[in-house]
Amino acid sequence: MSHHKIEVRNLYFSYPDGHKAIKNMSFSIYHGESIGIIGANGAGKSTLLMLLMGVYFPDGGEVLVGDVRVTKKTLPMIRQRLGMVFQDPDDQLFMTTVYEDVAFGPRNYKLEEEDVERRVMQALEKVGIPHLKDRAPYKLSGGEKRSAAIASVLSMQPDVLIMDEPTSGLDPKSRRRVIDLLKSFEHTKIITSHDLDMVLETCKRIIVIKKGEIAADGTAVDILSNEDLLNSCGLELPLSLQKCPVCGTSKGKFGYIHEKIVVDKEAKKELRLTRE
Amino acid sequence: MSNMINSLSNMRLLDDLARKETFIHRIHPLIKLLTTVVYLTVVVSFERYEIIGLLPFIFYPILIFAFAELPVAPILKMILLIEPFIIGIGILNPLFDHSKVLFGGIAISKGWVTFLSILIKCSLTVTASILLIATTGMDRFAVALRMLKIPKIFVLQILLTYRYISVLIEEVSRMIRAYSLRAPGQKGLKWSAWGSFAGQILLRTFERAERVYQAMNLRGFTGEYYTGDIAKLSFKDLAYFAAWSLFFIIARIYNIPVLIGSLFTGVI
Ligand SMILES: Nc1ncnc2c1ncn2[C@@H]1O[C@H](COP(=O)(O)OP(=O)(O)OP(=O)(O)O)[C@@H](O)[C@H]1O
Ligand SMILES: [Mg+2]
Repeated sequence: MSHHKIEVRNLYFSYPDGHKAIKNMSFSIYHGESIGIIGANGAGKSTLLMLLMGVYFPDGGEVLVGDVRVTKKTLPMIRQRLGMVFQDPDDQLFMTTVYEDVAFGPRNYKLEEEDVERRVMQALEKVGIPHLKDRAPYKLSGGEKRSAAIASVLSMQPDVLIMDEPTSGLDPKSRRRVIDLLKSFEHTKIITSHDLDMVLETCKRIIVIKKGEIAADGTAVDILSNEDLLNSCGLELPLSLQKCPVCGTSKGKFGYIHEKIVVDKEAKKELRLTRE
Repeated sequence: MSNMINSLSNMRLLDDLARKETFIHRIHPLIKLLTTVVYLTVVVSFERYEIIGLLPFIFYPILIFAFAELPVAPILKMILLIEPFIIGIGILNPLFDHSKVLFGGIAISKGWVTFLSILIKCSLTVTASILLIATTGMDRFAVALRMLKIPKIFVLQILLTYRYISVLIEEVSRMIRAYSLRAPGQKGLKWSAWGSFAGQILLRTFERAERVYQAMNLRGFTGEYYTGDIAKLSFKDLAYFAAWSLFFIIARIYNIPVLIGSLFTGVI
């Protein structure tokens, strides 16, 4: 479906203080793709997302959503299609209860109150926090806040889900929940993160950004296993692709082949043999 | 300083209280707003030397406290926080107005009488406003304002100010925490740090406020706030409004404490 395509053409953007945050970026994202955007701190990931959402407007080039250019005039239409989860959930949750927060978007699109309720409950169930619906957002834990923030975007039923660092600051269980959640979405997804293992699990395609420019664009497996490329961009191999920290062997198709343990087993065998 | 922040962060408490489900909470927000407006107007309309006549008006907050099951202590704390400003407004009266007035046979300086009058009026109006928010919630309050055809832009201004105050408070308390952790055994802020502190707070809250606003925009916010369904005005609501208004107006026209007093002494 071509109307779900997002296209970025020769994008340039500088902050008001003159800092050139995005330089000559071009890429296209098609329906159903899952894209991970990675890069060191300050590479320009958040800025790029803001440009996609029309929070900032480019100095040069253009962003097309479907066949529509992102401009002031087309914003309402575009924002109905793209849902963005912010890096800091505190920025996103501003109503008095989780329910009200999740209902905020649908209500702005003037849905009937019954539909609003249905969507809110669906979104809350999807992220697994229907029991928190009457709690005040500022009283939630970090992981719960994140889930609420994701729900507040899901309730708008966007075609494309954009997330800025969805797993930062989460404990392993909450992180796993968010990853499983991301994997379960059939939406087009755009995710920025430093959590390369998460990106490897949830995204098929990776765009690497270095100082505001695209350094690489390719499949997740190719890029995330390219040690030289990652190192040159201030990143490193995902943990799951690194050498075993215990014995230094690479992870094979079936996990690490731990020589030490094998040796130990043989030693045991020998022991047993000698005993026998 | 951190004490003050604690009491200010009671703003969040107002949000929590507003979610209770009592008879008072269920009254239509528009009715509560109008009742409060009548109350404020009547209280403020008393002349500057009036004290006794104001006393019946304390019934309103007391009844609201009781029926809405609001905790008294934290709300009183909030009111006390505003009291210094009120005292600041009224304190010049005793200095300038030295004429005497007879009050139950004792001569008192008129200045002190006006000061007391201002103090009572302000406390009553502040309390009534806080109670309105504590039983209605800011969101529904905004809806009520919109029903009165108050321009969108003003209502939005109020709503965002209210939201940003809590953003500001959180930002300040975070910075103070960070500061005091690195300055153990020090009470308050060193004056030399005040400048950069204030600047930082301004910039930080500004940025944070902008991000919050962006997040609202991204979810289709166009300046109109929708807060679900609000029930239609019912007979109960109208009765509530009529009863209170009647009481306020009667208490304004007749000096009830004096009337009761004269009933007992038998002189009318
Ligand atoms: N409001 C701003 N004004 C000026 N410069 C800014 C502003 N926001 C970001 N920048 C600069 O733009 C560059 C890109 O910032 P951006 O926030 O997009 O980075 P990022 O890739 O999201 O980093 P991180 O991984 O730390 O979130 C940085 O060098 C940053 O200093
Ligand atoms: Mg970022």
